[in-house]
Amino acid sequence: MLPTLRTITNGLKRSLGLRSIQTTSVVHHESLFVHRDTPEDNPDIPFTFTTENKKRAEAILAIYPEGHKRAAMIPLLDLAQRQHGWLPISAMHHVAEILNLPRMRVYEVATFYTMFMRKPTGKYHIQICTTTPCWLRGSDAILDTIKKNLNLEVGETSKDMQFTLSEVECLGACVNAPMVSINDDYYEDLTVQDTEEILADLKAGKKPKPGPRNGRFAAEPLGEPTSLKGEPPAAGFGIRPDL
Amino acid sequence: MLRTTLGKVLTGGSLSPKRVTAVVRAASSQTGKKPEQIEVFIDDIPVKVDPGTTVLQAAAMIGIEIPRFCYHERLAVAGNCRMCLVEVEKSPKPVAACAMPVMKGWRIKTDSEMTKKAREGIMEFLLINHPLDCPICDQGGECDLQDQSMAFGSDRSRFVDIDHTGKRAVEDKDLGPLIKTVMTRCIHCTRCIRFASEVAGVDDLGTTGRGNDMQIGTYVEKMFLSELSGNVIDLCPVGALTSKPYSFTARPWEIRKIDSIDVLDAVGSNIVVSSRTGEVMRIMPRVNEEINEEWIADKSRFSYDGLKRQRLITPMLRDNTGELKPVDWEAALLTVAKQIRNAGSSIGAVAGGFADAEVLVAVKDLLNYLGSEALCTEHTFPLDGSGTDLRSSYLLNNGIAGAEEADFVLLVGTNPRFEAPLLNSRLRKAYVHNELDVALIGPKVDLRYQYQHLGDSPSILQQLANGQHEVNKKLKAAKKPLIIVGSEVLARPDGSAILAAAQKLSASTSPEEQNWRVLNVLHKVASQVAALDIGYTPGVDRIRELNPKVLLLLGADDGAIEKSDLPNDSFIIYLGHHGDHGASIADAILPGVAYTEKQATYVNTEGRAQQTLVAVSPPGRARDDWKIIRALSELLGAKLPYDNLNEIRDRLEEVAPHLTKYGEAETANYFKQAQELSKGIKTQLDNSPFDVKLKELSDYFMTDSISRASPTMAKCVQAVLKQKQSKF
Repeated sequence: MLPTLRTITNGLKRSLGLRSIQTTSVVHHESLFVHRDTPEDNPDIPFTFTTENKKRAEAILAIYPEGHKRAAMIPLLDLAQRQHGWLPISAMHHVAEILNLPRMRVYEVATFYTMFMRKPTGKYHIQICTTTPCWLRGSDAILDTIKKNLNLEVGETSKDMQFTLSEVECLGACVNAPMVSINDDYYEDLTVQDTEEILADLKAGKKPKPGPRNGRFAAEPLGEPTSLKGEPPAAGFGIRPDL
Repeated sequence: MLRTTLGKVLTGGSLSPKRVTAVVRAASSQTGKKPEQIEVFIDDIPVKVDPGTTVLQAAAMIGIEIPRFCYHERLAVAGNCRMCLVEVEKSPKPVAACAMPVMKGWRIKTDSEMTKKAREGIMEFLLINHPLDCPICDQGGECDLQDQSMAFGSDRSRFVDIDHTGKRAVEDKDLGPLIKTVMTRCIHCTRCIRFASEVAGVDDLGTTGRGNDMQIGTYVEKMFLSELSGNVIDLCPVGALTSKPYSFTARPWEIRKIDSIDVLDAVGSNIVVSSRTGEVMRIMPRVNEEINEEWIADKSRFSYDGLKRQRLITPMLRDNTGELKPVDWEAALLTVAKQIRNAGSSIGAVAGGFADAEVLVAVKDLLNYLGSEALCTEHTFPLDGSGTDLRSSYLLNNGIAGAEEADFVLLVGTNPRFEAPLLNSRLRKAYVHNELDVALIGPKVDLRYQYQHLGDSPSILQQLANGQHEVNKKLKAAKKPLIIVGSEVLARPDGSAILAAAQKLSASTSPEEQNWRVLNVLHKVASQVAALDIGYTPGVDRIRELNPKVLLLLGADDGAIEKSDLPNDSFIIYLGHHGDHGASIADAILPGVAYTEKQATYVNTEGRAQQTLVAVSPPGRARDDWKIIRALSELLGAKLPYDNLNEIRDRLEEVAPHLTKYGEAETANYFKQAQELSKGIKTQLDNSPFDVKLKELSDYFMTDSISRASPTMAKCVQAVLKQKQSKF
């Protein structure tokens, strides 16, 4: 349907003497992989670690042997991101300075890992998993709830800089699907109601309890175990008697 | 990967690669002598190789070329393009030949079904996102991707999806006035990144993002500015990085390529001059392992548009009103001859940086006939001690390639990065791969590798010569030490004392090999060594003493001699190709030819004679320099005894036989004697600090009459200045 429509519109444009522009619909990552100076993110904004974080940075650097200090790049970038809420370019420059590396080497790492947020990000970064197991268990409903509740689209940040919503691939909690990750915490086994509660708590400045919301402690079966109930069989179980 | 090791070098951690290499060396010395060669079979042809040889290298040894994009002999192995996949018997999947060392008894099949299928598959993947814009791409016709898709790709495409998903599109980057980017064409081979990081030492390029979103670039708005930046154009296997000045001007199949020599510095890089319809379209490097490997500096590559501007295309004479008026050759030569005849033996000549050996010897013969010995070069060199009598005191004795093996280099009053970028790239190579230590006396400059800055005072050189400096220990312990003295400091009034101190210092070293030459002089201009070989006096002092009635400037544009240095009635003749400083003070202008328009001999700083070849014909009424002198000699009644190139080359051979041994570096001798003679030098070092003219990249681009006339070079200077304003 769509290609035919496009062909028709293109044909129309051509008959009107307009040139159609070839656009590409290749799916891209939502963030840019080049830096653009913005009022929030430019090299003129100073960045230094706080006194506490300076100590942490030294502790991180102490882990790595002399000559391999550049291995501290990811932890230091993470530290910078935790301090600032996201990773501005001046923080990358600061890390490059600490490690005595060309800035480009830091840019490479910071752009490679999707968990480094290179644009202003809300206080609560909600990452919702929509990969197959979560999707099967109803992540679409959860996503809709969050969108409606926060009035956000995927990839957007609320104006008060409180919430950022991202759609992510598997976060490795399939057994507790559906789930969202908010900053460092996983909220699992969600229902629409759970999600609304969590968001209400966050808005109220409270910290909701992380983990499964349906009464499970972790990934154990809900209620009674359904399998492996008896004692494990003794040695020689299932082996031919003549052996 | 080398990049990690490189990072370590750059960070200068205490576990330096030196220690690592020491460990490795210790390990290898335990095994004793060279390990045994192993036999492998490539397409059933047995070949014996050293352990650690890669499949690709082993195949190259028997002349089987494996296609590749990311692999480059002079860069670290990346192994990311996968084009070099080959089948190895008993291996379940094809292996990347560029990164895989061979094992004993391997049977490698470079022509099997599996190999072919792998190549076709990789080619198909590359072409999914590569635009099919060859007709408007500057790389078209000399594109690795084009050639290899013809040779190794599938004969049909399965890519029918263009309406649905389209191709990846990437925004172009601004890398400066020399490199044009069309990043959609990039196939992510990372050659440019590796070149920038390893050879140029400018870590500004890198990959950002990942997967289908990966981009090559600088991430921030920053130009890729380096004196060697143009080489990434040659390295790029596709049309992602192309030459900006050359863009859309010519196609590779319509240009004529002439092998020639670069004369914009004293290195004598080998180049290929591409021309079309009598115009130089571009200049590219030519491989010469002993000089430039396969790189050339940006000034050599891009200043060719200076050859089309500010040219002297007709003889000119200054009339009564003081204006230069075009005249014909006859009038010009007759006037000049009259002036010379009137002057008698009161005539001098000053050779500039572009003068070739032919014109140098012709002028010398003519002036000698007229009874004058006032033959000078514009660039000074000390005359005390052995002076320029012994070649050993003014050559880069150890050669350019030799710098790669050195383990300690002392730079005295020079900035090799801009005076001889390709020597500096050798030093950097040794620094990265060969644990070279560098110390520098002179202004603190950025060499793109770490060095010990000893200060810029001549007293430090004195301390070193007296053996009282801490660096003396290093110098003495070094197995292959080098002392490289810049010709610029030798031009100082105390130049001879500097050379004597360097001589003394070099005598105190103990190189391991007998043929290792410690003392090296780095010249800045292409003509200097040939001029000194032929017997010109360095420096214009003699002209000042003589006060000649007629002065002949052979392209002398650096302002070593001014009109005010000469008597009022003196007559200045300028023989050269650019309307620059020399032409502005001249009374008569005889238009000569530039290096792309003549077959001429140049001797580089290591004493290697090389010749340029005619790529295009001279503009207007310009003529070969030596032929002008020859014609003039006839009018003067002193007919020079050579009528063609062969005859003047015979004369060159008479004067100095090495001048016609093209391609060979004629090494110097009498090192001991030069050292002995230098002891007699009475000049004392003065206190003014060492200085070099070319300190920063912006100083590098416009240094002579050709590059000063080049708009591209002017843009480069602007770009560097603009970059300085940038926050990145």
